[in-house]
Amino acid sequence: MVSIVLVSIAIVFVLTYFKKWGWLWREWITTVDHKKIGIMYIIAALAMLFRGGVDALLMRTQLTLPGMEFLDSQHYNEIFTTHGTIMIIFMAMPFLIGLMNYIVPLQIGARDVAFPFLNALSFWSFAFGAMIFNLSFVIGGSPDAGWTSYTPMAGAALNPGPAQNYYLIGLQVAGIGTLATGINFMVTILKMRAPGMNMMRLPIFTWSTFITSFIIVFAFPILTVALALMTIDRIFGSHFFTLTGEGMPMMWANLFWLWGHPEVYIVILPAFGIFSEVISTFARKQLFGYKAMVYSMVVIAGLSFIVWVHHFFTMGAGGGVNSFFSITTMLIAVPTGVKIFNWLGTMYKGRIRFDTPMLWSLAFIPCFVIGGVTGVMLAMAAADYQYHNTYFLVAHFHYVLIAGTVFGCFAGLTFWYPKMFGHKMNEKLGKISFWLFVIGFNVCFFPMYFLGFAGMPRRTYTIEPEWMPLNVTASIGAVLMAIGFAVFVYNIYYSFRYSKRETHGDTWDGRALEWATTTPVPFYNFATVPKVEGPEAYWILKEKGGTTYEKDKVEPIHMPSDSGIPFIMMAFMFVASFGLIWEWMWMAIPGIIGVLVCMVIRSFDYDDGFYVSVKEIKRIEEKAREGEQ
Amino acid sequence: MSAHTDLNTGPLEYRSHEGRMTILGFWIFLGAEVVLFSTLFATYAVLFGKTADAPVPAELFELPMVLIMTFLLLTSSFTCGIAIHHMRRGSLKGLFVWLGITLALGLGFLGFEIYEFVHYAHEGASLPSSAFWSAFFVLTGTHGLHVLLGIGWAVLILIQLRQRGLTPVTSRKVFVVGLYWHFLDVIWIFIFTSVYLIGMVV
Ligand code: HEM
Ligand SMILES: [Cu+2]
Repeated sequence: MVSIVLVSIAIVFVLTYFKKWGWLWREWITTVDHKKIGIMYIIAALAMLFRGGVDALLMRTQLTLPGMEFLDSQHYNEIFTTHGTIMIIFMAMPFLIGLMNYIVPLQIGARDVAFPFLNALSFWSFAFGAMIFNLSFVIGGSPDAGWTSYTPMAGAALNPGPAQNYYLIGLQVAGIGTLATGINFMVTILKMRAPGMNMMRLPIFTWSTFITSFIIVFAFPILTVALALMTIDRIFGSHFFTLTGEGMPMMWANLFWLWGHPEVYIVILPAFGIFSEVISTFARKQLFGYKAMVYSMVVIAGLSFIVWVHHFFTMGAGGGVNSFFSITTMLIAVPTGVKIFNWLGTMYKGRIRFDTPMLWSLAFIPCFVIGGVTGVMLAMAAADYQYHNTYFLVAHFHYVLIAGTVFGCFAGLTFWYPKMFGHKMNEKLGKISFWLFVIGFNVCFFPMYFLGFAGMPRRTYTIEPEWMPLNVTASIGAVLMAIGFAVFVYNIYYSFRYSKRETHGDTWDGRALEWATTTPVPFYNFATVPKVEGPEAYWILKEKGGTTYEKDKVEPIHMPSDSGIPFIMMAFMFVASFGLIWEWMWMAIPGIIGVLVCMVIRSFDYDDGFYVSVKEIKRIEEKAREGEQ
Repeated sequence: MSAHTDLNTGPLEYRSHEGRMTILGFWIFLGAEVVLFSTLFATYAVLFGKTADAPVPAELFELPMVLIMTFLLLTSSFTCGIAIHHMRRGSLKGLFVWLGITLALGLGFLGFEIYEFVHYAHEGASLPSSAFWSAFFVLTGTHGLHVLLGIGWAVLILIQLRQRGLTPVTSRKVFVVGLYWHFLDVIWIFIFTSVYLIGMVV
């Protein structure tokens, strides 16, 4: 808490001292450029990874020795709740959405996303949502009912005060933006592809984004409703999930996981996309089984909606229901297996290079398989009565989430880093952080499977003596991961200072269109949009000696104008949210009115953007391409 | 982003790349709205009959009033269609008149809904009365809120039509709000049958 306040003060001070407020406003806060928005997402996600990681370390410290008195039980509850929520909602998803934002329009040869203004709105709704959630540690108490927030425990009767409201409203505000992102990317991918890029020529990361967007559009409204119902229960006294008034607490579990399970695929499919890109680039081969990859993602997306009950096999659903959901859950292993074999097939006989992005992708495969196999073990309903809510589960979901999503984010960031910032991340530091993190990860979580068998329950704040050795091991692993992360972050700083600047856009000898433009990418992305003649568009372009700057074909480019409305609107939303959290209607209502006024202003805004002149384009391109010849 | 109109045939609202994208995006948004309402319907179904000590729906629901509301909303969907028809013919005046009628009918619907809610509350059935009534008020209330937003939105577009006349942008806006309006009508049909009709007989 003190640290949050100090960091905020420090940021304000630094900005004022260097007179950067105007710059910040003009260049970043009002931007509608998908690339800048992507970078802001990633920075915020890294900050949240840090915050969630500190939570994790605190928990691991408390659990190292029996009878530790580092955190009391209430504090422990608050920390695992915010840790889980932040990691999934405010770290994993934004990180991936950030990468999508930066990369997808480039991969399909577009100038921006379909709705740039909406994109900025999405980002600010996420940012303010995260702020609301983090504020809970400073004022009024943090939510403590787990990231799943089961009722009736999270209801007003058993959990009074504003703490739980932070969870409800923070997620709600961020969720609206996520939904908008889903719509935005669906339209972008359907409507903004370069000429010749039909759906079966899309780079696989773009495909994964497309399917993820589908899941978002069909899953997030469920969360919206569930959160709203619980908010209404808590603030206006309705009886959806209460024990009184014939409410049904169990309905929360159903609604939550109807969204929650698809959510885990929202954070895993884009990571699959990243691994596919990285593996084919560094194995220097076309992706093996492209179509199988696409179809397996489609099947996974479909199945993800009909497995939710596996999260509460033990809550009395009966044999028939449990069997059904047990089988659907296990089915997901099939398309996932297909993907694993495709990755292996891609590497088979490839000339593999072991740069850092590739290392993350290689480490992902065995770790994810461990997570997946234990997932199938959990899917057996009868056996789940044994593992349910033990550390076996904690080990399983960290194996899939960290090996899948976090490795994927690191792989993606190091892979696309040169495109974003014009220099590589340092390879040596990259490898050090990689090995620390991966070894630490296995040391930390593998013992937890055995702790689960030994009966150590999840969400316990203190351990029995016989669980000590494995817990000590796990904590050592956690520290290694923390050091690995610190090296990763240091690497960003180090590379910024010392890495060689890139003079051309194609750092890794890439295959998709994002490598076809210069580095750093001009704000209009491509001077002339290339014609796509097959899958792996850039590879073909390179072989033919084509370019994205055909001097005599340059035409004026139309671009959208920046706007401060998204930021201001979400700032009002922030005020409204804070009012709702404290149940202060005098504050909530003006906030809502502010939001509505912003919408009205936007509706009357007929600013149609501007044109970049041919002369200006030529000037920018000539300057950027100097080094290339 | 290409602002140039890349097609010169077809309805005005489809004649720019932006227009097409917005309309597609709106269809997808409606898909999300379908999920939202489905969730509310499912909740309602699960909580059906859980009235605790409050009155049961059959005691309160009255067919005549619900029929009037249905009539108002269905008619408004029809007049909204006529408004779009006038827009297609390039008649700003026709568009104005019929969209105005649509909004008036929508307001009428809202008036009845508010009356209905107040009336129920007097009879002892309000949001906190029981799980069933919570579900009822949230489901119908969400629909009502959508109608209200739709009216506000359409009014803004009417003003813009006044200022700018029929352009690819304004006609796209009218078309989209029209889609929204029809969608609310469809939702109402589901509310009418699965909430009111079933509530009256069970
Ligand atoms: C960085 C290393 C990490 C460590 C050392 C760590 C450790 C832990 C620990 C000790 C718990 C509490 C278990 C309990 O008391 O039941 C936990 C819970 C959880 N973690 Fe992590 N975690 C890490 C990273 C992550 C990541 C990257 C994610 C997601 C992307 C994640 C998602 C979760 C979730 C969802 C929970 C459950 C929270 C709840 O029970 O409500 N963790 N983690
Ligand atoms: Cu699941």
